[in-house]
Parts: sequence; structure tokens; C-alpha cells
Amino acid sequence: MINNFNFEKNFKLANISSLCLVFASVFMIFFKGLNFGIDFKGGTLIELRCDSENIQISDVRASFNNLNLGDVNVKEFGKKGDYLIKFERKNFDEKNSIKIIKENVKNKLQGNIDFRRVENVGPKVSKELLESGLLAISLALAAMLFYIWVRFEWQFSIGSIIAIFHDVLITIGLFSLLSLEINLSIVAAVLTIVGYSMNDTVVIYDRIRENLIKYSSLKIGEISNKSINETLSRTVITSTTTLLALISIFILGGEILKGFSLAMIIGVIIGTYSSIFVASPILKYLNVSYKTISKEKEKN
Amino acid sequence: MLNFSNSKVLSIYFIFILISIFSLTNFINIDDSFLKKKINLGLDLQGGSYLLLEVDSSSLEKKRLQSRVVPLKKKLNEKSIKFENFIINENSINFKIDQNDFKNFEQIINKKGSNEINTFLDQYNSFELEYSKNKNEIKIYLSKYGVINLRSAAVDQSIEIVRRRIDEIGTKEPSILKRGNNRILVELPGIKDPDRIKELLGKTAELSFRLVTKGEDEFGSEKFIITDSKEEISVSKRIILSGENLIDAQPKFDNLNNQPIVSFSLDRLGSQRFGRVTTENIGKRLAIVLDNEAISAPVIQDSITGGNGTISGNFTFQTATDLALLLRSGALPTPLSVVEERTVGPDLGQDSIEAGVVSLIIGFILVVLFMTYKYKIFGIIANISLISNLLMLMGILTLLEATLTLPGIAGIILTVGMAVDANVLIFERIKEELRNENSNIQAFDLGFKKSIVTILDANITTLISSIILFIFGSGPIKGFAVTLSIGLLTTLFSAYFISRHLASRIVFKNRDNKISI
Repeated sequence: MINNFNFEKNFKLANISSLCLVFASVFMIFFKGLNFGIDFKGGTLIELRCDSENIQISDVRASFNNLNLGDVNVKEFGKKGDYLIKFERKNFDEKNSIKIIKENVKNKLQGNIDFRRVENVGPKVSKELLESGLLAISLALAAMLFYIWVRFEWQFSIGSIIAIFHDVLITIGLFSLLSLEINLSIVAAVLTIVGYSMNDTVVIYDRIRENLIKYSSLKIGEISNKSINETLSRTVITSTTTLLALISIFILGGEILKGFSLAMIIGVIIGTYSSIFVASPILKYLNVSYKTISKEKEKN
Repeated sequence: MLNFSNSKVLSIYFIFILISIFSLTNFINIDDSFLKKKINLGLDLQGGSYLLLEVDSSSLEKKRLQSRVVPLKKKLNEKSIKFENFIINENSINFKIDQNDFKNFEQIINKKGSNEINTFLDQYNSFELEYSKNKNEIKIYLSKYGVINLRSAAVDQSIEIVRRRIDEIGTKEPSILKRGNNRILVELPGIKDPDRIKELLGKTAELSFRLVTKGEDEFGSEKFIITDSKEEISVSKRIILSGENLIDAQPKFDNLNNQPIVSFSLDRLGSQRFGRVTTENIGKRLAIVLDNEAISAPVIQDSITGGNGTISGNFTFQTATDLALLLRSGALPTPLSVVEERTVGPDLGQDSIEAGVVSLIIGFILVVLFMTYKYKIFGIIANISLISNLLMLMGILTLLEATLTLPGIAGIILTVGMAVDANVLIFERIKEELRNENSNIQAFDLGFKKSIVTILDANITTLISSIILFIFGSGPIKGFAVTLSIGLLTTLFSAYFISRHLASRIVFKNRDNKISI
């Protein structure tokens, strides 16, 4: 089976919708904001399990009242009887605070209360975690761009960075839209998306470069189209296997990995799309041709 | 590309077996130091407590400046330099001198060698103190390196004390590390409730014995309230004995009223001093001050010369035990505060392992089925290469004794998904070449040759990002980056050598038949 779809025809439409999506995402991020977890905002997270059947979510919420903790966010978490409680504590320095909170909750709720997870991140640390997360993402981007620039040409570098910004912005935009929590593992997910999208883009770019030499008379638009078609079944198969693995984590990997795997699933889909409909058209707009690569060859 | 010499085949599988055999040591117990290596489970999987402590050294900076005041004044008097308006601020000493005395002052403060006012720090090639002059006003403050030196000393000392306290509590395999320049990372596997440890680490435990004064004292006095009786007492600033003189402390029960007390023994110097002071001051009260709180202030009944004594003060046996522990392990130079804390209960960890392993197995089966469906016999090759990939990944993680975390498991699952990419790239390329080439061997050869460039480019970009994650990421991100980067390397090995070798066997067997992928 030889694929022969006309992707080129749809470049314009795809680019317009991509632009709309990116703008919508930026708009969401700016106006709706992001739901930062305690890693980046500071605060306390408690996961508890109660074995008593009679306890309602409102009881759990009530057990945190009159502790002067500010806004306490309680939600059910996975199994019945499991709750996740989050709050920003204003008087952070008070020693033993967690101990007092735990005792208070134990007294107010009946049955056995098991504190399965307690996390507490101070404001200073959360700020540093956010900074180091952003630093890691920026450095990873810069390093990959440098690699692409060395291996290909600057036009390819630009194409891949735009594709990556497209993926990351839309993924974060979706997280904002769905009010999903951004925490440390989401940063890892975003970086993996960056890696995956780059990987996908590189495969197509590699083929475009090869075809530019092979068919020096063809226009870049046709070459892109040809290259996308030639690599299409690989693109589909790899995305499928990666998605299979990710969906398996999403469904079976437990509550803690849900956000991470969801970010990855969104990212893989968008990343696959962007290497076809974002990274490739950009080479066309930048007038990449046989000469672009051959010039470099002559120099060497 | 398809010709493998026997020695090449042997070395490929030798390397494979050598590495992957270590994945087995996780499941069997061998009493050999080399074969005993195992993958460590992170705190999120085995349960435990992670504490990040911050050393607050600002009080030390002031203390250090204060300690320089007396020798400085003495030296100024010695050199008959007149000074006035002597003020000690939060972070500087200020005073005025005559302009003509400035040269003399500089000689004092810039004297290398034994200078008891301003120490020269050899390792930084800088003085501890710096000064600035504004007309006749002089301001002395800690230099940049003075601060760094003070802080790093405080952190090193704190780590030592923290280690001693945690060892005393007797937790299994704690890990205590320096983080950055003012933090200490404490990992306590198996600890479900870190509250007691936090309490013990939160106290500086600076103990001092001082006489209770009536009114004025030549060393100055300060007021304390005794913790239990709420009685206000005035205590001399002169420290008779401090925690440094203690060599042991144990919780005990008082013979008379069966109250918990802490008994202590003093070193030789301490015993002598304690004996002298108690002899001279019979009938007076001796206050026992811990971290700016007076525990008690008993009346000295008799001289205590044996170097042993007891501290009483409304303790429960638990608080007496804790106090004894704190006194045994020594005082922290400055208070520690917990800036980050993460505790995972053991059953949540167990649940996470189960969920992780189940999703790994299911994900793996799905990928294997899909590849077999898609590529038939070559799909099986891809699957063999995938399994060997996982075995080698496990083997390397074991050799490095890496720590496996939940995000790390996610990294392995992602490796499963992405590892087949290399095989897919190769097979798809071969498929294309088969259309143009008549010879199977030729087509396979070209397919491998051409796809390897792409595979390298694609994997190196991902490798770059995961290495950066490893270097700059913290906690869970690091665990993810480790498995992903190693996974990428084993992927390259298994695709380039194992898949290629197995494929070559099939191609040579069917060199004249039609091969379909």
C-alpha cells in the first residue's frame, strides 16, 4: 500500500486552525489561568482513606474547618473512601501544624483514618521548583534546536521550534480549559512531549532532506507532501504503540499517574499532527529548496 | 549491513546476556556483594518520608559579629585608638574614630596570620570581615566569603548533628545529603509519621547551666519563665556548663517520686567546673536552660563532684527520652526549618507498585499484539528486541543501583511504546526498498542503512531532553529521566544489533522467496 494523500492542499486550513487553537490556548492561560499544584504554589496536600461507610465528602470537608487553613479543597480520589485534600496554609512556620491537623481530623471523623500521603511544600521551595522546571524546559528546547541546526539547516530549526511551541501551548491550554493540575510530573510530561514531537518532526525532516536531493526539480510543497506520505505509516504505527502504552497507564496506572499520562496522550496526538501540519508547511513558507542544503554541502 | 561475522554475533549476545543477567538479581537473593545489587524503590513506592530542611544562618552572622566585639575593643584600646558611638546592628558593627587613627585601624584589621578579630580564609583567599569608611565612621561587616564560609560550616555541622539524631532514633537506611548551600535533604524509608522526627530536628537543643541571680550580676542577666511552674527567674548570662561538656545522657526514673528524669555524665573538664561551682554556691539555685526556656531551677543541695547529675522537670518518659537523645547528639548551630515534606504511607506505595506493574504489563501486551498483527514474523522480531530491551534496561538500572520511582515506571512504559519506533522505521524503510529492489538482501541492506540515520537523529533529540531533565529536574522528574535515557540507549542497541541480526537470519533463509512485511 502506498499512501498518496494530498496533505499540501490542507496546509492552509490546518495552519489557520492551529493559529486559532494557539491563540485560544494563550487566551485561556492568561485569563482563566493555570491550576498550579502545591509543587508550584506551595501548600499542603493530604490523601486519606477512611474505612467507615458513613463518611460523606462534606464530613471530610467539615473536619478541616475551624483550623484556620483558608480555602480547603476536598475531592474524592479513586476508590470510595479515598479523599484528596489541598490547602494553602498561611501560617506556614507554625511547628507541628500537620500533627495538629491530623489529630483534629482523626477526632472528628469516625472509623479508622489512614493518612496515605502528606505533602507540604513551602513557598520558597515551590518558587524554586517552578523556576527550575521552566529552566529545564527552556534548556532542553535550546539544546534540541542546536542539534537540529547542526544536523539540518536553520529553516528546519525554526520549523521544529514553532511546531514544539504549538504543541506545548495547546497542551497547557487544554490543561487550563479542563482545570487540570499542573505539578512536577506535568513538567516531565511536557518535556517528553517536546522530545516526542521533535522525534516525529525529525523523521519527516530527514525524509524531506533526502527527497530534496533525490528530486531536485520538485517544489518544496510537493516534496513535503511526498515525504509525509512516505513516512505516514511509520507515523501512525509509532503513535499507536505509544498511545497504547500511555492509555494503559492512564486507565490502570493509578490516580497519581493520571495527570501525567493524560498530558502525554494529548501531547502525542498534537505532536503527531504538528509534525505533519505545522513543521512541514513552515519549510514551504521559508522557501526551502535543494539549494538550501546543497549550499551548505559546497561549503564543506 | 546484513553480514554478521560469528565473532560479531557472539559479542552482541554476550553483551546482551552480560547486562540483562543483572535484571535477574532483583528476584533472587545471592550473598555476593556484586550480585546482591538491586533496583532501589523510591519513597513513593516503598513508603517513607522526605524532608527538606533549611539552615537559617542569619542569626549566626550576627553572633559571629558579636563575638568579634570584645577582642576588637580590646585591640583598639591597646593601640590607643579612641572610638565612640559604638553600635552593633543586625549585620554590622559601627563606630567612629579619628581620621588620623585610620591607618592604625587598618593595620589591626588587615593583619594576616594570627588575627583574632579578622580571620583570613585561606580557601577563599579573603578575609572574613570587610569594612567601609565614610568620613570618620567605620562600618565592619562580614565579607561575601565570610558569609559563605560561615554558612557552609553551619550546614556541615548541622548535617552531622541531624545524622546523629536520626541514627539515635534508629530508622533503617536513612539518607542525609547536603542540597544546595543551605539545605539538608533527609530521606527516611519506612517512616509513616515523621512528626516526632520533625520535632526532634526542629530543636537546636542548646543546653546551659547558669546560676539564678538576685538582681544585678557582673555578666548581665536575663529573665526566663520556668516551663512548668511559670515562675519568673532572673538568670546570669555566665554559662557554667553547656551541652558540649556532656558525654552521655539517659532517661531514668527518680528514686524518690518515680518521676521521669534525665541523668547525664560530664567530661573531665565539665566535672571539675561543675564540682567547683556547686561547692561554692550551695544553697543557691541553678537554672537549666534549653533553647531559651528554663526547664527547671533546683536549689544546689550539695556539691556535685562525680561528674554525674540529673535534670528533673515535669517530664513524661517520652519527653525525657527525647531530651536525653537531643543532649547526647549535641546542639545544632542554628535552628532548622522544614521547607518541603513528602510522606507516603506503605500501602499507598504498594498500591502504586501494583498499578504501575499492571499498566506496564498490559501496555506491553498491547504493543506486542499490535506489532505481531502489523508485521507478522518481523513483528515477532520487534517483540524479541523489545523484551531484550527491557531486560537490558532493568539490568543497567540494577548495575547502577538506581532508584525506581512511580514516574520512573512511567518512563519504562513510555520506552516500551517508543522502543518499537526504531523497528518500525527500519521495517517501513525496508518495505519501500522492496518495491524498488529485486534482491531481498539488497532491499534489507538499504533499508537498514537509510533508516539508521533517522533513528539516530530522532533518538538523540529525545536523549538530549531527557539528559537535561536529569540534570535540572528535581525529585520525581529525575526518576523519570533516568529510566527514559537508559531506555533510549538500550533501544538503540537492541534495534541496531538484535533486530538487525534476527532479520538477517530470516532474509538469508528466504533470499529467493517473496518476503512480505
